[in-house]
Amino acid sequence: MSEKEIKNLEQIFEARIERDEKIEPKDWMPEKYRQTHIRQISQHAHSEIVGMLPEGNWITRAPSLRRKAALLAKVQDEAGHGLYLYSACETLGVSRDELYEQLHSGKAKYSSIFNYPTITWADIGAIGWLVDGAAIINQVPLCNTSFGPYARAMVRVCKEESFHQRQGFEIMLTLCRGTEEQKAMAQDALNRWWWPSLMMLGPTDAASVHTEQSLKWKLKRKTNDELRQQFIDQTVPQADILGITVPDPDLKWNEETGHYDFGEIDWDEFWQVVKGHGPCNKERMKARVDAWENGAWVRDAAMAYAEKQQSKKVAKAS
Amino acid sequence: MEKTALFNYILGIADNNLILGQGLGELCGHGPNLETDIALTNIALDLFGQTRSYYQYAAKLSAIHKTEDDVAYLRKEREYKNVLLVEQPNTHFGYVIARQYLFDVFNYLFVEKLQHSKDETLSAIAKKAIKEVSYHKRFSGDWVKRLGDGTEESNQKMQEAIDGLWQYTNELFEMTEADEIALKAGIGVNLSELKEAYYKEVSEVLKEATLTIPENPYFQKGGKQGIHTEHMGYILADLQYMQRTYPNMTW
Repeated sequence: MSEKEIKNLEQIFEARIERDEKIEPKDWMPEKYRQTHIRQISQHAHSEIVGMLPEGNWITRAPSLRRKAALLAKVQDEAGHGLYLYSACETLGVSRDELYEQLHSGKAKYSSIFNYPTITWADIGAIGWLVDGAAIINQVPLCNTSFGPYARAMVRVCKEESFHQRQGFEIMLTLCRGTEEQKAMAQDALNRWWWPSLMMLGPTDAASVHTEQSLKWKLKRKTNDELRQQFIDQTVPQADILGITVPDPDLKWNEETGHYDFGEIDWDEFWQVVKGHGPCNKERMKARVDAWENGAWVRDAAMAYAEKQQSKKVAKAS
Repeated sequence: MEKTALFNYILGIADNNLILGQGLGELCGHGPNLETDIALTNIALDLFGQTRSYYQYAAKLSAIHKTEDDVAYLRKEREYKNVLLVEQPNTHFGYVIARQYLFDVFNYLFVEKLQHSKDETLSAIAKKAIKEVSYHKRFSGDWVKRLGDGTEESNQKMQEAIDGLWQYTNELFEMTEADEIALKAGIGVNLSELKEAYYKEVSEVLKEATLTIPENPYFQKGGKQGIHTEHMGYILADLQYMQRTYPNMTW
């Protein structure tokens, strides 16, 4: 294809996005669009899968049968999200195995919030309330993103995430209405998860490398800072209902802007965790790699068995 | 049927589901691929759902245990009545599948009969459970075949798991005192009658899976009397941690 032809295709493509048309896997798309989507969708899928680990950590110890079943179902939902996000990604011409390889080698990233440990039951509440809360803010705009399979996957993901968020809040509420010890457990969880949750919405606009292009392709509808402000404005009143305190002495309602002002985020900590040096990066990666490697003989067996069955069928037919 | 005996009879059923579900719950997020991870979690969810129905009923019969969680969390190890099979560890995926299958075949035969119990609650729970248990057996049976008749390595691993767990199968058919009382009352199931069908079905699947049926005549038992293997204490340590550390609280 000549450069002129490509330019022409690009113009048609950009115009389609402009008109809010969905781009489907078989449509022509610029290589950069394809690569950006593989990067973002797989990163999202990896986050779901790695995100199963901190919460999975409490399945065997959940304090009641009802909570145990709900937590299992929640972690299973995340596996489901991973599954259809990987599938959406595969439509762009990359295999699930390749994507795993990128995760295991450290080439692909996942949400760095999952590198923090879950050390009390209240952390399960806090993750649902704050982490899923922040995830929803990130993801709701993606239901209208330009790439069809991603947008459709996000519609379902968002419905389930909003259920998880309410469930997490309800765990927190139960703790806060419980004994002093339970309330202290809830406060401690908020103290530890608040700042990492704010970081979850990404680096500040000034430091974000992908924002401009992503806005154009509707992979993003708002900037990181806008999303963060929305999360804070929405969450602080919820903490008030719970009767626990957001661990930010600078947090203050600003009558003029109609938003909360908030304190400085420790971006050094953010980058440290992103670069692989958070409290649980190595454990999370080891858990994923172990599951994959220890499962190799199982996957091989399933493949070999399927082939044997297939040749039996062929032999019978002939 | 007298309340204590019925209570004990229910625990004899439900503790198996609880402990097996607990073992599967441990695997969530660590499966060999996403599809099996999701499927095993589904089975765990079914088992916990059944456990809750049984324990809610048991709690109504007990003077000490007021809620399903009291029944699940506040007993001593010697008071748990599950068979030894279900408390065996997740050594590798072959063991997970073998444990599941060896239990599922029994559970299906059992729940099928329990549907006809004169006790309306137990019969209703069984009628709801039978569809789930039938799926569990199909899932684990299919995997026994895949692993048995897959690769050389998977065949060895599956055989190792079957050989390791076979000694726990016979206990499934032991009749406890509660079983005898329940049977006489028309509430319980005659476990000894399930034995022949069980070994016949298991043997056929193992054969199809190109696995050898173990010939070891020695079996282990004790779970039903509350005498468990050394794994049980650790399972309960996890299970009961919150309830023991923070007694009398609502979660």
